[in-house]
Amino acid sequence: MSATDLSDLISRADVCAVAVAECFRGDGEILANPIGTIPMIGGRLARAAFEPDLLMTDGEAALIANDEAIPASEDRQFETYNPYRRMFDVVWSGRRHVMMGATQVDRYGNQNIAGLGGTADRPKVQLLGFRGAPGNTINNTTSYWVPAHGPRVFVEAVDVVTGIGYDRAAKLGPTARFHEIRRVVSNLGVFDFETPDHRMRVRSLHPGVTIEEVVTATGFELDIPDDIPVSRLPTPEELRLLTEVIDPTGTRNREVPDPN
Amino acid sequence: MTDETSETRPQPRDKRLTEDEVVAQLRPGMTIGIGGWGSRRKPMSLVRAILRSDLTDLHLVTFGGPEVGMLCAAGKVSHLTFAFVAPDVGAAAVLEPHFRAARQSGAISCTELDEGMLQLGLMAAAWRVPFLPTRVGLGSDLPLVNPELKTVRSPYPGPDGVQEQLYAQPALPLDAALVHLNVADERGNAAFTGPDMYFDDLMLEAAEHRFVSTERIVASGELAEAAGDVTRLRVSRMFVDGLVESPNGAHPTSCDPDYRRDEAFQKTYLGTAKDQALWDAFRSDWLSFPTEAEYQAALAARPAVEDAS
Repeated sequence: MSATDLSDLISRADVCAVAVAECFRGDGEILANPIGTIPMIGGRLARAAFEPDLLMTDGEAALIANDEAIPASEDRQFETYNPYRRMFDVVWSGRRHVMMGATQVDRYGNQNIAGLGGTADRPKVQLLGFRGAPGNTINNTTSYWVPAHGPRVFVEAVDVVTGIGYDRAAKLGPTARFHEIRRVVSNLGVFDFETPDHRMRVRSLHPGVTIEEVVTATGFELDIPDDIPVSRLPTPEELRLLTEVIDPTGTRNREVPDPN
Repeated sequence: MTDETSETRPQPRDKRLTEDEVVAQLRPGMTIGIGGWGSRRKPMSLVRAILRSDLTDLHLVTFGGPEVGMLCAAGKVSHLTFAFVAPDVGAAAVLEPHFRAARQSGAISCTELDEGMLQLGLMAAAWRVPFLPTRVGLGSDLPLVNPELKTVRSPYPGPDGVQEQLYAQPALPLDAALVHLNVADERGNAAFTGPDMYFDDLMLEAAEHRFVSTERIVASGELAEAAGDVTRLRVSRMFVDGLVESPNGAHPTSCDPDYRRDEAFQKTYLGTAKDQALWDAFRSDWLSFPTEAEYQAALAARPAVEDAS
């Protein structure tokens, strides 16, 4: 098989899963807690491919060793019991890297999942609520997953700050010493905050995505390096893990369909 | 009495109640904690009893699921303390349309929290302290939606010598707690046999009036065997005032391992937020039975439907 043939077999969702996996590189023996379809697949890929000491949930009340994204209940290989209440112990210990969704995210990584428009007492559009976002962002490393990158998600200012970004953390001083927003992974590219004032930067674009496409789909000015890397492709072994072990039914390709 | 033992030994409290007897002990304006989490192991038979009662003006404290939407749509709720309301979470996350309608119309007022703060508030109430300190919430917009939230400065210097400013999550004392567990003994000790206790024991410990509904009641001394293991026995009768035997009482929410969520039923319920007439019909068809037994009989009489999953 030639290199060209291999890249033809690789979907946008595969690239997203690898980009998610890369978020957890170097994390060691902590709870990798990606929430969502591709995040869960990417987290499992990180552990199977290059970050073997990560711990991961079954999405319910246990940490399991399985490689499959969603193993059958009776096939779970239990590592430890982790009911909801236990999760706060882990979050507040800092031994966790969560990847959450974001209805809105801004240039400093402030996230909103609570509500849109209106007033604090009466949002125009009620969403989920604050859920665990304030506690996550002030206590453990956080990344975000956005399956449909657009200007209504990547906004100049979020309507409600549920997860706190770098500008809010900076104002808090030392009490925010555990705050880290590591990455934002979208269907178009990977973004980080590794700039002098922690403004969001383009870290890489997925193969076939242009910077113009991303700028149009982003409601604020991104930090754009002169040479923009291309998000890496899965290795042959990673592609085998994705297609044969972690997500054999291809749920990832339903969350992020291939362009055109 | 000829049995000498029964004459000399005092008899234990009898805590068995019906759903309606529990609700008769609730009052308008009460703060009521509802156990379970999302659409999991919710005390729905007690919620249905509230729905058919004339109770109003309730303040709910909950890790919210469909009970929030039902009680809001029925006009029973004036205030809600919550961190989220969702019929499901994770990859299958959906929002609760009846709750959203109540929130967006201003029909209810809310105290919004991070879900860890909700746990701390219940712990503080259970432990009878006015607040518990936490880093959670700092820097977020929680103070905008929760203006009562105050900070406290640590009396102790941190590693860098600075006395940290933290949030003081106030205690959330409950007038009553309603929870549903898999199995209980006749004195009110209770056990979960599913994956997660959620916060049910904390809800009971934070409440003045404490009610447990359960799938089944076994004789005293048989609970550990029924639950499988002593570590499952997480609710002590010292925190329980009333006990209701309510098989399938969490329907339509899940009560693992006894039964899973009734997805079709929940979907039908969620769909009724589109149109007042749909909700009125649903309430009339399903939430207006005079007793829980009649509700369960109507459920059992439904024609079999193919499992969509």
